[in-house]
Amino acid sequence: MLQGGLRGALNQSVLEASGPQAAKVEKLWWFAFTTAAIVYLLTMAALWWAAHRARRRELRGERLDEAYAEPRMTRGVTWATAATLVILLLFLGTDLLVGRTLSPIPKKQPLTIELTGHQWWWEVAYADSSAHGRFTTANEIHIPVGEPVLFLLQSPDVIHSFWVPNLAGKKDLIPGYTQSVWFQADTAGLYRGQCAEFCGLQHAKMALQVVAEPRTKYEEWATNQQKPAANATDPVSSRGREVFLTGTCVMCHAIEGTSAGSHAGPDLTHLASRRTIAAGTLPNTRGALAGWIVDPQRIKPGTRMPPNQLKPQDLDALLTYLQSLK
Amino acid sequence: MSVTNRRGSARRRLATGAGVIVLLSLLSACDREQRRFRENPPSASPSNVRVSALQPGTVVDTTHVAGPYDNNAWAVSEGQRLFGWYNCSGCHANGGGGMGPPLMDDTWIYGSGPEQIYNTIVQGRPNGMPSFAGKIPTPQVWMLVAYVRSLSAQNASGARTSRSDHMMMYPGSGSLQDPAKPQQSFHPPASEMP
Repeated sequence: MLQGGLRGALNQSVLEASGPQAAKVEKLWWFAFTTAAIVYLLTMAALWWAAHRARRRELRGERLDEAYAEPRMTRGVTWATAATLVILLLFLGTDLLVGRTLSPIPKKQPLTIELTGHQWWWEVAYADSSAHGRFTTANEIHIPVGEPVLFLLQSPDVIHSFWVPNLAGKKDLIPGYTQSVWFQADTAGLYRGQCAEFCGLQHAKMALQVVAEPRTKYEEWATNQQKPAANATDPVSSRGREVFLTGTCVMCHAIEGTSAGSHAGPDLTHLASRRTIAAGTLPNTRGALAGWIVDPQRIKPGTRMPPNQLKPQDLDALLTYLQSLK
Repeated sequence: MSVTNRRGSARRRLATGAGVIVLLSLLSACDREQRRFRENPPSASPSNVRVSALQPGTVVDTTHVAGPYDNNAWAVSEGQRLFGWYNCSGCHANGGGGMGPPLMDDTWIYGSGPEQIYNTIVQGRPNGMPSFAGKIPTPQVWMLVAYVRSLSAQNASGARTSRSDHMMMYPGSGSLQDPAKPQQSFHPPASEMP
C-alpha cells in the first residue's frame, strides 16, 4: 500500500523507472528511504527507552540529577565530528561515482534533440544533418525504444529544468549556456515530464510528453514531421489558412511550406499530430483549440499568447485548417 | 476597568491604525507593476490624432495624451520583449537606429506622442516602416508605444527598465537619465523627409 501511495501517477513517477538512468535514480531513492526509515525508527526507540528508564527510576525513588550528572562532552563531540566527516567523504565519493556512471552516453552518434525551454513551453528540434532532415515541433518528444537519446538544453529567457521522472533525473536549462543530458527508454509508452525549476507565472503548466515507440514507428513519425505542412485543399481550410497568414497568428508562429516563419511561438507545421496544446495544458481537440485561440489568458494567465478577436466563421475556418495540419 | 488598561487599548488601536496605513501605502506602490492579462483593447483606433496642424476653431493639441501603459513597468518590459519578437530591432536596432531612424534621440519625424507612435506602428510610414494593422493586437501596440517612449526617457523613470543589455542613451541605467526634449514638427525639414 505504501508503495502504491508513493507511486502516484504511473507515467510521471521516479518509482516507475523505464530506463537505465532512472533505474539508478530509483535504486538511490529506495536506499535513501530505507536508511532514513531505519535511522528514524532507531532514534524513536532510543528516545522511548530513555524516557521509560528515567520514569522507572523516578518511581523507585532514585534521585536522577545526582546519579546521572551530564558526562564530559569531549568524547561525544569528537565522535560526532568524526562520523560527520566520514559520512561527508562517503557522499563525495558516491557523488563522483554516480556522475561517472550516468554522464557518458554509450553510443557514438546518438539521436540528438535540441530542447529549448521557453516561458512556458518546450521547443523540440531534431538535429539531422541530411537534407530536409531537421525539423521542429513542440511539447512532444518522440524517441525510439532501447536507444540512448542525447538532449542539448538551452533557454532564451530564464532557468528551466527538464525532468521526465520515469526516464532520468533533472537537468537545468540555463540561459546562455548549452547543457546536455541523455536517457533511454526501455519500454514503449507515454511518459510525462515537467519543468522542475520555478520559471514564472505558468511554471506549473509547462509540461511535455515523451512518446517512446519502436524504431519503425518512430521513423514513420519523423518522416511525416520532416514534410512541409499539408496543402489546404477544400475552401474552408484554405480560408482558414488565409486567416492565419493575414492575421496576428503569423507574427509568432511558423508553418513550413507557407509564408509563416516566425519562431517566437511553437511551430505549428504538424499541430494536429500532437496530443496536447499549450504545453500539456489541454487535449488537442477542436473545442480546446478554439478556447485557447480566443482567450488563452483565461486558461493560462500571463502566457505570451494574446487573446484574439475573430469573426465566428473565421475562427471556424481557422480551426478546420489547423486540424488539417496532420 | 483601570485607567492604564484603557490607555493601553487606545495605544494598541493607534498602532493598528498606523500599521494599516503602512500596509496601504505599500499596496499603492504596486501600480507600477500591475499586470492586466485580459485587457479590453483601449481605444482601438485613436481617432483624435491629427496629421495636420490646421484645425477649425480653437487649436487642440492631442499629441501628449498619455498612453495607457506609459507608467506601467511590466507593460514597458513586455513592450521590450515584443520589440524583439516583431523584429522592430531589424531596422531600429534596439533604438539606436540602422536602416530605420533611431528611437532614443530627440528627433521625431512623425511625432513623439503616444498616439502618434501608435499610428506610426499601425499605419506604417513611407519608405520602409511597414504597417502592422491587424497583425499586432491593440494592447500589444500600446505596450510597444510605452517601450519606444521609454527609450528616450519620455515616461516616468520608475516605469523604465533598468535591465537592458542593449545600447542606451547614456551609459548605465536607462532609468536615471533626464527625458530628452522631443523636437517634433508635423512638417519635417526637407533633409529628414524620407
